[in-house]
Amino acid sequence: MTTTAPEAGRLEAVFDAAVAADERIEPRDWMPDAYRATLVRQIAQHAHSEIIGMQPEANWITRAPSLRRKAILMAKVQDEAGHGLYLYSAAETLGTSRDELLDKLHSGRQRYSSIFNYPTLTWADVGAIGWLVDGAAITNQVPLCRCSYGPYARAMVRICKEESFHQRQGYELLLALSRGTEAQHAMAQDAVNRWWWPSLMMFGPPDDESSHSAQSMAWKIKRHSNDELRQRFVDICVPQAASLGLTLPDPDLRWNEERGHHDFGPIDWDEFHEVLRGNGPCNDQRISRRRQAHEEGAWVREAAAAYAAKHGEAKA
Amino acid sequence: MALGDDALVLSHRLGEWAGNAPVLEEDVALANIALDLLGQARTLLSLVGDEDELAYLREERAFRNVQLVEQPNGDFAHTIARQLYFSVYQQLLYGRLAAEDGPLAPLAAKAVKEVAYHRDHAEHWTLRLGDGTPESHERMQRALDALWRYTGELFEPVDGLPVDWTALHDGWLTAVTGVVEQATLTLPGGPQSGAWTAGAGRQGIHTEPFGRMLAEMQHLHRSHPGASW
Repeated sequence: MTTTAPEAGRLEAVFDAAVAADERIEPRDWMPDAYRATLVRQIAQHAHSEIIGMQPEANWITRAPSLRRKAILMAKVQDEAGHGLYLYSAAETLGTSRDELLDKLHSGRQRYSSIFNYPTLTWADVGAIGWLVDGAAITNQVPLCRCSYGPYARAMVRICKEESFHQRQGYELLLALSRGTEAQHAMAQDAVNRWWWPSLMMFGPPDDESSHSAQSMAWKIKRHSNDELRQRFVDICVPQAASLGLTLPDPDLRWNEERGHHDFGPIDWDEFHEVLRGNGPCNDQRISRRRQAHEEGAWVREAAAAYAAKHGEAKA
Repeated sequence: MALGDDALVLSHRLGEWAGNAPVLEEDVALANIALDLLGQARTLLSLVGDEDELAYLREERAFRNVQLVEQPNGDFAHTIARQLYFSVYQQLLYGRLAAEDGPLAPLAAKAVKEVAYHRDHAEHWTLRLGDGTPESHERMQRALDALWRYTGELFEPVDGLPVDWTALHDGWLTAVTGVVEQATLTLPGGPQSGAWTAGAGRQGIHTEPFGRMLAEMQHLHRSHPGASW
């Protein structure tokens, strides 16, 4: 399709006006190629994170210490698969397909959240993931409910409701451990010590190093900067840690009366970049496991397609 | 307790699929079935005692589940064959229990709706795999054959359950035969064949993989005696 220069200018003006007026951009609306590409990248990364994120938690399903906790954890992992499905559908409205996105995940051309490259070593890690990792995700995602792209914003409304439920469950799990035996309390503290800094890294690089931020904010895909959201998260977590009876592993963490925020210590950005480069503790394991599930399932997908072709059934 | 153990153990096996399914929709479906079964197990075990004590502190010889549900997942066809055999059984059994006036009637009435979905899911996949590609056909047949020997035990009378087990068996065989034939597959042997070996799970005699499954399931709970979670 060719568009004349004046026509392109007019479409762009319509788009800019819609974004400026806080109207939603919908799949059939004209949008700049770069806006489309940014959204595909971001939504795909978000979907991949849900899918890869099933692994560290599923790691504990078979060892959950009570039937109630086992049911909660299974339901959570099921929700994550569901979130992956919504998000792949949202990405598909932009003209890509789930198969294409999965290929890019499996070949390392698209990323998922760096946090899922850390291992879940004890049962308390399941609680720390709920409280801190889901907490950070919600802080990041609540503003996305007002994102300029309609399908993404609507997916986020639904996802955020379920995520905040998970976050409360994680907090409650840690509380039970913290108030339990000495060994359980120590297990909870150890998990928080290991997950605190990686959770702060979930907000992405500092504002002066974040390459996509300015454009995403102008397009109202993002509403707040990485550092703003990170600060908001720290301010939320400090009193929660206190009521859990656990400490956060940062000697520099203190209330700053002047700023009205908590000051906190420096983040190890070298570690962050190493994890992003694929050198985190579980990068290989996570992606191999995902590829393996996909490859071992190929014959099942082929069977479903062959059956559908024979019987005119909708594709499974 | 026998029915509670069936649901508990099969739920655990299905939980092992989390994150490993062939498509995302199946991650959702298998987890959903696992959760339904876990819910049934919790209700049933709570009728007998403390659910966690029963799940985590009994040894292998004290479990009363049938051997079918403890069988390892194997490939997707294996999991589907196990689910087909079991879900058809469970739906017919719960249907009967719901119609009786026994203590299990309210539970059975609720569970029978969930189990109808499990059965539908297993039947659809049996059709897709059986009548899909040559490879899926072969895998599905192999799975039906491999698990057949564990089906006889399903119809051993369970103490306290007012069920006509012969009629249950006949209904089950008719239903399973129907699906298997529609899927262009062959039901192995039949009740008269030598392959029809009843297990003894209801007497606490299990297969080797079961001990390992319990070791994994119970390890954390047993490591912290008396702790609450």
